Amino acid sequence: MSSVLIQVLIFLFFASIRSATPLIFAGLGGLFSERSGVINIALEGLMLAGAFTAAVVTYQTGNPFVGLFAGAAAGGVLALVYAFACIYFQADQVVAGMAINFLMAGLPALISGAIYDSSGSTPQIDKVDQLPNYFNNISFASILAFVAVPVCWYVLYKTPFGLRLRATGENPGAADAAGVNVIKLRYTAVVISGVLAAIGGAYLSIGQSSLFTRNMTAGRGFIALAALILAKWRPVPVLLACLFFGFTEGLTIVLPNYLKLPSGEDIPIQFIQIIPYVLTIIVLAGFIGSSRAPKALGIPYRKEN
Amino acid sequence: MKILNEIFWPLVAVLAAFVVGGIIILAIGDSPIHAFSLLLSNSFGSAKDFGWTLFYATPLIFTGLAVAVAFRCGLLNIGAEGQLYVAAFATAWVGIKFGGTVVNGESWAWANLPWFVLVPLCCLAAIVVGGIWGGIPGVLKAKFGSHEVINTIMLNFIAIALVSYFTQYHYKIPGDPILESANIGEAAHIPQLNQYLPFIPHDVPLNLSFLLAILMCVLVYVFLWKTKWGYELRAVGENPSAAEYGGISPKKQIVLAMTISGALAGMVAIGEVLGNRHNYYDSFSAEWGFWGIAVALLGRNHPLGVFIAAIFFGVLMRGQIFVDAFTPRVSKDLGQVLQAIIILFVACLQLYAVNRRQKAAI
Repeated sequence: MSSVLIQVLIFLFFASIRSATPLIFAGLGGLFSERSGVINIALEGLMLAGAFTAAVVTYQTGNPFVGLFAGAAAGGVLALVYAFACIYFQADQVVAGMAINFLMAGLPALISGAIYDSSGSTPQIDKVDQLPNYFNNISFASILAFVAVPVCWYVLYKTPFGLRLRATGENPGAADAAGVNVIKLRYTAVVISGVLAAIGGAYLSIGQSSLFTRNMTAGRGFIALAALILAKWRPVPVLLACLFFGFTEGLTIVLPNYLKLPSGEDIPIQFIQIIPYVLTIIVLAGFIGSSRAPKALGIPYRKEN
Repeated sequence: MKILNEIFWPLVAVLAAFVVGGIIILAIGDSPIHAFSLLLSNSFGSAKDFGWTLFYATPLIFTGLAVAVAFRCGLLNIGAEGQLYVAAFATAWVGIKFGGTVVNGESWAWANLPWFVLVPLCCLAAIVVGGIWGGIPGVLKAKFGSHEVINTIMLNFIAIALVSYFTQYHYKIPGDPILESANIGEAAHIPQLNQYLPFIPHDVPLNLSFLLAILMCVLVYVFLWKTKWGYELRAVGENPSAAEYGGISPKKQIVLAMTISGALAGMVAIGEVLGNRHNYYDSFSAEWGFWGIAVALLGRNHPLGVFIAAIFFGVLMRGQIFVDAFTPRVSKDLGQVLQAIIILFVACLQLYAVNRRQKAAI
């Protein structure tokens, strides 16, 4: 038994890390935005912006790092639009966030339809032009994700910026009285959020696969949000929660190869596909009670005169 | 004055969306005027055009009402898509099992009921199954406090996968290359309107469900503004803690709102399965559940507004096909992009709409 089992476990381990990578970036992105008091339902759309831009730029330049950078920048710009709606116009953050998601369901298809004459996907990127892998198939992006976690922790808990950001999410009035520019800080936090989520999306199109396809994030932005809630809005638990959800996605890759129905037939693919979604609902229902959101989350800030 | 205010801001949002959409079309190297004239001119020109527009608007009226009822309770139902999927499968299932469906000489049915029993039974299946699927995130929110947006999105993926499984493994005609169920019995078909209205051409599949959609607009209005339950539902949406203080249980209203919302979304199945396709067809929905959000927002979550907004988006849905075919570069995703920008602008302008009203009151 053992050698097969070890093989399976090793495979599962690497599959989980690969699947967790985009979630970690999106989760950390959501962390910045939400700790500053802005809900980020738009993670899905921000990831798609990163995925699409990275795929196009990598295809055109042949350089995945330029593609990654362009993807991150696109996420930042789109997040600025979202921030403008939420902060300047004080739009309902959930509704505005969904608008960003819908926009990114259509806009990439519209653009790729115009430049590549194919609204379904972008052209295939050569293997050599994709993000490189190191040590037994660990992507550059995965390593970056694991580095990003302690960096985000440090920024949030050990720098004046992080302290102000957390204060803004808990009590913007008090932060303002203490001299924090609440508005500017929230803009910054949302843009950071967009950059991080977009890097996660870029990994999907130029690391895990070799092209952008319509809605390729398949709900990962929302799963990252669930991970953020499960992690009680803290960086290191975000990593663990994302690894857990990555593991459930890894299962969907591993299970069909090793587990059959009693009749010897394959388990219907649909039952495998829904595992991450079902677990997200269960975990959210089971742990949300013990989770406490930042106090000012979702409330637009109005300066009192 | 109030009505003017209700119409003015949605119009501003639509116009602004067309301006931004025009810039995008210009940027991808096409003519905005050509694209927009294609988008709008193929919708009202003839009885045929208008019939098609109403046909596209019908599912949007149901999903728009679904989202609006949830919104009135302070909930965002992004799960209408999943709700209409499970409802459509359930409707087709009843139509097969009780409609005397025979496949390759073998009966798949348990019974062969007459139309006056079968049609209501199919409709009931759509409403009940849609309602249950919508009620689940309601219960999850009421019982555990988990956010309905995440749960409804997850349930969309689950719904689509589950009905695809049942279709593929149990209700597909063997050898059919398309992922669709066997046909429902003929007694379950509902009539197309061209049978009664001679000015609607025969190739326009506008059916009885359009009249049902209008009826539902009226019923939703009566429910929300003329009944105690509707009042309580809206009270929770306005201010949950004040409602609770006033003796209303927000949890009960959340479950009720989500269940009604799911049932309304499920009614899409009546027009599509009983009136149009006559089977369950995988990916039959043109993302109506998501478009319903734009319909509800643009219609200010009022049944009359939803009706008008649904026709407007019906125009976009029909028009985008022509844009796709007759412009060199713009694809039919233009509709989706405009829809997203409209939602964003409506959300942004809400502030102005509310502030104006408050100022007017003083």
